[in-house]
Amino acid sequence: MKLSEIIDLTNAKVVAGDAEKDRELLRAFSSDLMSDVLTLDTEHILLITGLTNLQIVRTAEMADIEVVLLARNKTATPEMIELANETGLVLLETPFSIYRASGLLFQNGLDPVY
Amino acid sequence: MKLEFDIASGDFSKAGRASSRIKKMLKQLQVDPKVIKRIVVAIYEAEVNVVAHSVGGKMLAEIDGTGIRVIVQDNGPGIEDIEKAMQEGYSTASKAVRNMGFGAGMGLPNINRNTDEFTIESELGVGTVLTFRNNF
Repeated sequence: MKLSEIIDLTNAKVVAGDAEKDRELLRAFSSDLMSDVLTLDTEHILLITGLTNLQIVRTAEMADIEVVLLARNKTATPEMIELANETGLVLLETPFSIYRASGLLFQNGLDPVY
Repeated sequence: MKLEFDIASGDFSKAGRASSRIKKMLKQLQVDPKVIKRIVVAIYEAEVNVVAHSVGGKMLAEIDGTGIRVIVQDNGPGIEDIEKAMQEGYSTASKAVRNMGFGAGMGLPNINRNTDEFTIESELGVGTVLTFRNNF
Protein backbone atom coordinates (compact mmCIF):
# COMPACT_ATOMS: atom_id res chain seq x y z
CA MET A 1 0.00 0.00 0.00
CA LYS A 2 1.28 3.45 -0.85
CA LEU A 3 2.21 5.75 2.02
CA SER A 4 -0.15 8.40 0.63
CA GLU A 5 -3.05 5.93 0.94
CA ILE A 6 -2.12 5.10 4.54
CA ILE A 7 -2.08 8.81 5.35
CA ASP A 8 -5.48 9.38 3.67
CA LEU A 9 -7.20 6.36 5.22
CA THR A 10 -6.12 7.23 8.77
CA ASN A 11 -6.45 11.03 8.48
CA ALA A 12 -2.82 11.17 9.49
CA LYS A 13 -0.47 14.09 9.81
CA VAL A 14 3.20 13.75 8.87
CA VAL A 15 5.34 15.08 11.73
CA ALA A 16 8.79 13.81 10.78
CA GLY A 17 10.70 12.33 7.91
CA ASP A 18 10.39 12.47 4.18
CA ALA A 19 6.92 11.18 3.39
CA GLU A 20 7.45 10.59 -0.33
CA LYS A 21 3.98 9.61 -1.37
CA ASP A 22 4.96 6.74 -3.63
CA ARG A 23 6.74 4.81 -0.92
CA GLU A 24 5.25 1.33 -0.77
CA LEU A 25 4.67 -0.52 2.49
CA LEU A 26 4.06 -4.25 2.35
CA ARG A 27 2.81 -5.10 5.83
CA ALA A 28 1.78 -3.61 9.17
CA PHE A 29 2.15 -4.57 12.81
CA SER A 30 0.32 -3.03 15.78
CA SER A 31 2.03 -3.21 19.16
CA ASP A 32 2.94 -1.30 22.29
CA LEU A 33 5.56 -3.91 23.11
CA MET A 34 8.90 -2.95 21.63
CA SER A 35 10.35 -6.31 22.72
CA ASP A 36 7.88 -7.91 20.33
CA VAL A 37 8.68 -5.49 17.52
CA LEU A 38 12.36 -6.43 17.87
CA THR A 39 11.55 -10.06 17.04
CA LEU A 40 10.11 -9.27 13.58
CA ASP A 41 12.05 -10.43 10.53
CA THR A 42 9.89 -8.55 8.04
CA GLU A 43 11.04 -5.38 6.31
CA HIS A 44 9.23 -2.38 4.80
CA ILE A 45 6.55 -2.43 7.46
CA LEU A 46 4.33 0.10 9.15
CA LEU A 47 4.25 0.07 12.96
CA ILE A 48 1.06 1.27 14.63
CA THR A 49 1.51 2.10 18.31
CA GLY A 50 0.04 4.06 21.20
CA LEU A 51 3.40 4.61 22.87
CA THR A 52 5.29 7.87 22.52
CA ASN A 53 8.86 7.79 23.71
CA LEU A 54 12.32 7.98 22.21
CA GLN A 55 12.72 4.20 22.28
CA ILE A 56 9.98 3.84 19.64
CA VAL A 57 12.22 5.72 17.22
CA ARG A 58 15.31 3.75 18.27
CA THR A 59 13.46 0.44 18.00
CA ALA A 60 12.23 1.40 14.52
CA GLU A 61 15.81 2.25 13.53
CA MET A 62 17.18 -1.12 14.66
CA ALA A 63 14.26 -3.14 13.30
CA ASP A 64 14.38 -1.44 9.86
CA ILE A 65 10.88 -0.03 10.25
CA GLU A 66 10.31 2.86 7.87
CA VAL A 67 7.04 4.35 9.08
CA VAL A 68 5.45 4.63 12.54
CA LEU A 69 1.85 5.69 13.05
CA LEU A 70 1.04 7.11 16.51
CA ALA A 71 -2.59 6.37 17.30
CA ARG A 72 -5.36 8.10 19.22
CA ASN A 73 -4.03 11.67 19.05
CA LYS A 74 -0.74 10.81 20.71
CA THR A 75 1.77 13.48 19.79
CA ALA A 76 5.43 12.87 19.10
CA THR A 77 7.80 14.64 21.49
CA PRO A 78 10.32 17.14 20.06
CA GLU A 79 13.11 14.64 20.86
CA MET A 80 11.29 11.93 18.90
CA ILE A 81 10.86 14.23 15.90
CA GLU A 82 14.51 15.27 16.00
CA LEU A 83 15.75 11.67 16.17
CA ALA A 84 13.29 10.52 13.49
CA ASN A 85 14.54 13.20 11.10
CA GLU A 86 18.10 12.12 11.86
CA THR A 87 17.45 8.41 11.25
CA GLY A 88 15.07 8.90 8.30
CA LEU A 89 11.98 7.51 10.02
CA VAL A 90 8.58 8.79 8.87
CA LEU A 91 6.42 9.62 11.91
CA LEU A 92 2.66 9.97 11.49
CA GLU A 93 -0.05 10.96 13.95
CA THR A 94 -3.67 9.83 13.62
CA PRO A 95 -6.76 10.73 15.66
CA PHE A 96 -7.97 7.12 15.25
CA SER A 97 -7.47 4.38 17.82
CA ILE A 98 -5.08 1.51 17.13
CA TYR A 99 -8.10 -0.73 16.49
CA ARG A 100 -9.73 1.63 14.01
CA ALA A 101 -6.53 2.50 12.15
CA SER A 102 -5.53 -1.19 11.95
CA GLY A 103 -9.02 -2.20 10.82
CA LEU A 104 -9.17 0.40 8.07
CA LEU A 105 -5.73 -0.46 6.72
CA PHE A 106 -6.38 -4.20 6.85
CA GLN A 107 -9.73 -3.78 5.12
CA ASN A 108 -8.08 -1.82 2.35
CA GLY A 109 -5.47 -4.44 1.66
CA LEU A 110 -2.45 -3.79 3.87
CA ASP A 111 -1.33 -7.27 4.97
CA PRO A 112 -0.46 -8.20 8.56
CA VAL A 113 3.02 -9.48 9.51
CA TYR A 114 1.46 -12.56 11.09
CA MET B 1 38.38 -1.87 13.91
CA LYS B 2 37.36 -1.35 17.54
CA LEU B 3 34.54 0.75 18.94
CA GLU B 4 33.97 1.33 22.64
CA PHE B 5 30.97 2.87 24.38
CA ASP B 6 30.04 3.66 27.96
CA ILE B 7 26.46 2.79 28.85
CA ALA B 8 24.90 4.72 31.73
CA SER B 9 22.36 3.16 34.06
CA GLY B 10 18.78 4.39 33.75
CA ASP B 11 19.46 6.88 30.95
CA PHE B 12 16.89 5.81 28.38
CA SER B 13 17.32 9.00 26.36
CA LYS B 14 20.75 7.70 25.31
CA ALA B 15 19.87 3.99 25.05
CA GLY B 16 20.45 2.99 21.46
CA ARG B 17 23.30 5.40 20.68
CA ALA B 18 25.91 2.68 20.61
CA SER B 19 23.69 0.44 18.45
CA SER B 20 23.04 3.34 16.10
CA ARG B 21 26.76 4.12 15.69
CA ILE B 22 27.57 0.47 15.01
CA LYS B 23 24.71 0.23 12.49
CA LYS B 24 26.02 3.26 10.59
CA MET B 25 29.51 1.80 10.59
CA LEU B 26 28.33 -1.56 9.23
CA LYS B 27 26.29 0.21 6.53
CA GLN B 28 29.39 2.14 5.47
CA LEU B 29 31.24 -1.16 5.25
CA GLN B 30 28.44 -2.38 2.95
CA VAL B 31 27.62 -5.41 5.06
CA ASP B 32 24.49 -7.32 3.96
CA PRO B 33 21.42 -5.51 5.44
CA LYS B 34 20.01 -8.81 6.79
CA VAL B 35 23.24 -9.42 8.69
CA ILE B 36 23.20 -5.83 9.95
CA LYS B 37 19.65 -6.13 11.22
CA ARG B 38 20.33 -9.29 13.23
CA ILE B 39 23.42 -7.95 14.93
CA VAL B 40 22.06 -4.47 15.67
CA VAL B 41 18.87 -5.91 17.18
CA ALA B 42 21.08 -8.06 19.45
CA ILE B 43 23.28 -5.07 20.34
CA TYR B 44 20.28 -2.85 21.01
CA GLU B 45 18.66 -5.47 23.27
CA ALA B 46 21.93 -5.76 25.19
CA GLU B 47 22.26 -1.99 25.46
CA VAL B 48 18.70 -1.62 26.77
CA ASN B 49 19.43 -4.40 29.29
CA VAL B 50 22.44 -2.54 30.69
CA VAL B 51 20.42 0.70 30.96
CA ALA B 52 17.39 -1.04 32.50
CA HIS B 53 18.98 -3.57 34.85
CA SER B 54 22.54 -2.66 35.74
CA VAL B 55 24.45 0.07 37.54
CA GLY B 56 26.14 0.86 34.22
CA GLY B 57 28.68 -0.72 31.95
CA LYS B 58 30.38 -0.64 28.59
CA MET B 59 30.28 -2.17 25.17
CA LEU B 60 33.16 -3.14 22.94
CA ALA B 61 32.64 -4.00 19.29
CA GLU B 62 35.37 -5.45 17.09
CA ILE B 63 34.80 -5.57 13.36
CA ASP B 64 37.03 -7.27 10.80
CA GLY B 65 36.55 -8.72 7.35
CA THR B 66 34.94 -11.89 8.64
CA GLY B 67 32.42 -10.59 11.15
CA ILE B 68 31.64 -8.60 14.27
CA ARG B 69 32.29 -9.56 17.88
CA VAL B 70 30.60 -7.67 20.70
CA ILE B 71 31.34 -7.72 24.42
CA VAL B 72 28.84 -6.08 26.75
CA GLN B 73 30.00 -5.83 30.32
CA ASP B 74 28.23 -4.26 33.27
CA ASN B 75 29.30 -3.54 36.83
CA GLY B 76 26.50 -5.34 38.60
CA PRO B 77 24.32 -6.35 40.27
CA GLY B 78 24.61 -9.63 38.33
CA ILE B 79 21.93 -12.16 37.40
CA GLU B 80 20.77 -14.52 40.11
CA ASP B 81 19.54 -17.30 37.86
CA ILE B 82 20.83 -17.23 34.28
CA GLU B 83 18.73 -20.21 33.25
CA LYS B 84 15.57 -18.36 34.26
CA ALA B 85 16.75 -15.13 32.64
CA MET B 86 17.20 -16.99 29.36
CA GLN B 87 13.59 -18.22 29.44
CA GLU B 88 11.19 -16.30 27.25
CA GLY B 89 8.72 -14.36 29.39
CA TYR B 90 10.83 -14.21 32.55
CA SER B 91 11.69 -10.65 33.58
CA THR B 92 12.70 -8.64 36.63
CA ALA B 93 12.13 -5.30 34.87
CA SER B 94 10.62 -2.36 36.75
CA LYS B 95 7.22 -0.89 35.93
CA ALA B 96 8.92 2.16 34.40
CA VAL B 97 10.85 -0.07 31.98
CA ARG B 98 7.69 -2.01 31.11
CA ASN B 99 5.84 1.24 30.43
CA MET B 100 8.42 2.03 27.78
CA GLY B 101 7.58 -1.14 25.89
CA PHE B 102 10.35 -3.36 27.26
CA GLY B 103 10.69 -5.85 30.10
CA ALA B 104 8.66 -8.63 28.54
CA GLY B 105 11.37 -11.19 29.20
CA MET B 106 12.34 -11.43 25.56
CA GLY B 107 15.69 -9.64 25.46
CA LEU B 108 18.22 -12.37 26.19
CA PRO B 109 16.40 -15.04 24.12
CA ASN B 110 16.23 -12.54 21.26
CA ILE B 111 19.99 -11.87 21.49
CA ASN B 112 20.57 -15.62 21.35
CA ARG B 113 18.29 -15.94 18.31
CA ASN B 114 19.96 -13.12 16.41
CA THR B 115 23.59 -14.12 16.90
CA ASP B 116 25.82 -16.90 15.57
CA GLU B 117 27.70 -17.33 18.84
CA PHE B 118 26.51 -16.21 22.25
CA THR B 119 27.77 -16.65 25.80
CA ILE B 120 26.60 -15.11 29.05
CA GLU B 121 28.44 -15.13 32.35
CA SER B 122 27.23 -13.48 35.51
CA GLU B 123 28.28 -13.23 39.11
CA LEU B 124 26.10 -11.72 41.81
CA GLY B 125 27.61 -8.55 43.21
CA VAL B 126 30.13 -8.38 40.39
CA GLY B 127 28.35 -8.10 37.05
CA THR B 128 27.36 -9.69 33.80
CA VAL B 129 29.35 -10.22 30.61
CA LEU B 130 27.71 -11.00 27.28
CA THR B 131 29.89 -12.01 24.35
CA PHE B 132 28.41 -12.56 20.94
CA ARG B 133 29.51 -12.78 17.35
CA ASN B 134 27.97 -12.73 13.90
CA ASN B 135 29.79 -13.73 10.74
CA PHE B 136 29.48 -11.61 7.59
